[in-house]
Amino acid sequence: MKHILRVMALLLIAICDAQQCNQTFLGELTDFHDGTPIPGATVYIINFDRYTTSDENGKFKINNVCNGILRLRISHVACETKTFKIDIKGDTFKALTLEHHIETLSEVSITGQKILKTTTTAQESLLKEEMLQQYSALQLGDALKEIAGVSSINTGNAIVKPMINGMHSSRLLILSNNVRLQDQEWGIEHAPNVDINAAGQISVIKGSGTLAYGGDAIGGVIIMKPKPLILTDTLYGQTIISGQTNGYGYSVNSRLNKSFDSGWYVNALGTFKKNGDFRAPDYYLTNTGNQSKAFTLQTGKRSFETGFEVYYSYLNNDIGILRSSHIGNIADLVDAINAQEPIITEDFSYDINSPRQDVTHHLLKASYFKRFRALGKLNLQYDYQNNQRFEFDIRVGDDRDKPALDLNLQTHTAMADLSIDANDDYELQVGVLGRYQNNFANPDTGVRRLIPDYDKYDFGAYITSEWQLDNHWLFDAGFRYEFTRIDAKKFYLESRWEERGYDETFGDIVIEDLGTQLLTNPVFNYNNFSASAGVRHSINSKSQWLFNYALATRAPNVSELFSDGLHHSAARIELGDLNLVSEVSHRFAATYQLTTSDLDLNIEGFYNRINNFIYLEPTGVEQTIRGAFPVWEYNQALANFYGFDFSFNYQINEALSVNNKTSYILANDLDNDRPIIDIPPLNIYNAINYQNDNWKPLKITLEHEWFFRQNRFPDNNFETYIASRDETVLVDISTPPPAYGLFNLKSDLKFNTSKRSHLTLALNVNNIFNTNYRSYLNRLRFFADDLGRNVMLQLQYNY
Amino acid sequence: MKTIKLFGLLFLGLTFATSCSDDDDPEPVNEEEVITTLRITLTPDGGGSDVIFESRDLDGDGPDAPIVTTGDLAAFTTYSGVVEVLNELETPPEIKTPEILEEDEEHQFFYEFITSSGADVTYDDQDGNGNPIGQMIELTTASASQNTLVVTLLHEPDKDAQGVSAGDATNAGGETDISVTFSFAVN
Repeated sequence: MKHILRVMALLLIAICDAQQCNQTFLGELTDFHDGTPIPGATVYIINFDRYTTSDENGKFKINNVCNGILRLRISHVACETKTFKIDIKGDTFKALTLEHHIETLSEVSITGQKILKTTTTAQESLLKEEMLQQYSALQLGDALKEIAGVSSINTGNAIVKPMINGMHSSRLLILSNNVRLQDQEWGIEHAPNVDINAAGQISVIKGSGTLAYGGDAIGGVIIMKPKPLILTDTLYGQTIISGQTNGYGYSVNSRLNKSFDSGWYVNALGTFKKNGDFRAPDYYLTNTGNQSKAFTLQTGKRSFETGFEVYYSYLNNDIGILRSSHIGNIADLVDAINAQEPIITEDFSYDINSPRQDVTHHLLKASYFKRFRALGKLNLQYDYQNNQRFEFDIRVGDDRDKPALDLNLQTHTAMADLSIDANDDYELQVGVLGRYQNNFANPDTGVRRLIPDYDKYDFGAYITSEWQLDNHWLFDAGFRYEFTRIDAKKFYLESRWEERGYDETFGDIVIEDLGTQLLTNPVFNYNNFSASAGVRHSINSKSQWLFNYALATRAPNVSELFSDGLHHSAARIELGDLNLVSEVSHRFAATYQLTTSDLDLNIEGFYNRINNFIYLEPTGVEQTIRGAFPVWEYNQALANFYGFDFSFNYQINEALSVNNKTSYILANDLDNDRPIIDIPPLNIYNAINYQNDNWKPLKITLEHEWFFRQNRFPDNNFETYIASRDETVLVDISTPPPAYGLFNLKSDLKFNTSKRSHLTLALNVNNIFNTNYRSYLNRLRFFADDLGRNVMLQLQYNY
Repeated sequence: MKTIKLFGLLFLGLTFATSCSDDDDPEPVNEEEVITTLRITLTPDGGGSDVIFESRDLDGDGPDAPIVTTGDLAAFTTYSGVVEVLNELETPPEIKTPEILEEDEEHQFFYEFITSSGADVTYDDQDGNGNPIGQMIELTTASASQNTLVVTLLHEPDKDAQGVSAGDATNAGGETDISVTFSFAVN
């Protein structure tokens, strides 16, 4: 109380003062290392001899500041106390960082300028912990859609693949706690194997931005970081329980963190989710239930100078796939497209039957770092990943319970990185990486392998540098070399081998002739270069420009090279091509950012020209005993992607704020002069937020999302003769569904249950008006509507 | 320093782990489930030699189209037909018919004439629920003409839907396992 009186008195004095002292200073306090906000830090304003504290987002505000120098001394339990000098010119915003560690080396400077992000000139957006917790019961791909320009390509609603500026799968790189996920990401119906609850912060970088993790991120990089460590003697935890009406689903997630003054820490996290059949507005989506189990253990010891960590995570997802999406031939597909409702709709059930996926991912990581005085930091890391994927199809007889796909992918990676940051003006980072990967396709499935057995070897080396010219100009540049070798053993049907013409071009790779099948040993080597260069120009403390050029090169993936067979859910034969070469992308990006005390504005534009862009296209029809199937082949063409992402947030007053996000992409296949398939349509998001900090605090957000119809699409429709009906029909697999708009509501209330614990109650309603819609980017849109209304209640207890 | 040694050990372990991968060739997969062949043996009721209708696709989902063979039928004659389904990718060829009959409630063959002079197929068998399967049939020809017969095998059809047990697949739903068109002459 005394405190408040003193502040009020000072405020009064300040207001009476007639000179130019009506400026507002807004500070944002974050950890120097991982950019997470530092709440509850004591901010001592030396000029005024008064105190304030940072709020839960690490922000604090000082009113009635004079132009000139403002001096602050900021202290926090887990950090070194630091003094900042800030030049006030009008309303000023500044990001400040503290060293969130128990030990500090005196020569490491804290510039106060240091940005929370991984990159300096790339288009990078952050999703913070508070935002991620709202998605505790959902998927990574759902949460990422909070960022303008990020969408997802779905198979139903449980398989959500993130999409950045219209690109997905192998063109994105996903990092979980500094480990590049190796989870058969080439498949469009293979969702990333991560538990969103394990992330404390997610960075999304559009384009290949950072070269430290790979040079093949033509679409972008997603970096999931665990929650920051608090290195004092503490024990704390969090439990989130969610329930939802659609799918009668529930989810429990609990974590416990224990750390010691000595620097030792142990974190454990477990998640269990279960959903039954989801519901479209008019019917149940039979067999769309899913179940997910995840466990993470992290332990280690660290000081500022050195540390090590062992990290293990386990994830198992059992996902049902809409029963009606399994079809036998083209006639079935035509029936499904023409039917207004899915052909099979049953009553609600928690059962997960075929078709379904059962995927288990293990990730083990060990890392060690050491800081060297006047040099920088050395990081060594080894990780092992084991991805086991079963896909169960609808089968008959003895094969009924046998998986139709049984792939085991094991990956070992070792890397060493050195970042040289002793000098204030420039930073240099160098690193090497070695990776070995083995894929085993179990022949016991009794189905010809979709992906062959292979060994893959990668070697990479990179250097990136960052150079701060002055307070206004910052430059960065990087270069990476990557060698990839794929050594596969694949069986081809002799008829396919000859039809492809491989008997003439690849005759030397046949190692065994089994009569109807040939065993081949394709070995491919790729030498790929990637590079990036960028500049950041700070116009003033509120606004800046970023320009970035990135050259990214991606070797074709195993699916693009080796696919060979009938795809049941799409009723098409997909054929890879052994002749494919690497994709090369040139991406130019420009960003303008403005941050004032009440306005946040971010405008991003990009142009991405991709040579040898790999895509699937229909090329003909083949007859089988089940009837005719269209054949889709992987081809390459020159492609152009360009677009913009716009986001802004305006604080009208203390209680109300509005935001908007708009993204638009154009993508063309220049060789064939037509649009590229599966590009998100123009979408506009508007939201109004109400916040009452005095009452509980309460937050309410009303959102509206508008998705236009995608009018630019390649026409892959074809005509087929259906013998049993003696008619020729047009199979419309191209026309996108109509535009739609959805209203959502989000609200949360926070209760302080004791000094050290608090409870958050969140109520969210998605698709409030139970609107019927189908999304162009849902691969099951031919078969059923998307989800109807969903009311979710979430209880979050921090202790 | 201890930790560095530990790491050294770990990396060493890694090199071993990777160098142990075996170099054996993978086993070929002979597809068990594929249906390569549909064979209908038609025996004239009044005696005479069998006529065989067959569709055979020896590369399964491969690029080669099925080879369809038929024979001529006599006018105004009733034939008893028996259907055989085979997977000839296996040696010896696997006869899939018993597997279908074991799950007879989930399977049904449909016979539809696109062009004919009044030929007809009737079911000559029943599943446990008294619904037709279509593995055994009676085919009755009419006057001399050119005929086109479409044979379809559906998995999990709705046999109770309207017209399905009478041989009309329109309301049956289900998934198509076989769809073959036979053209033949009735003399």
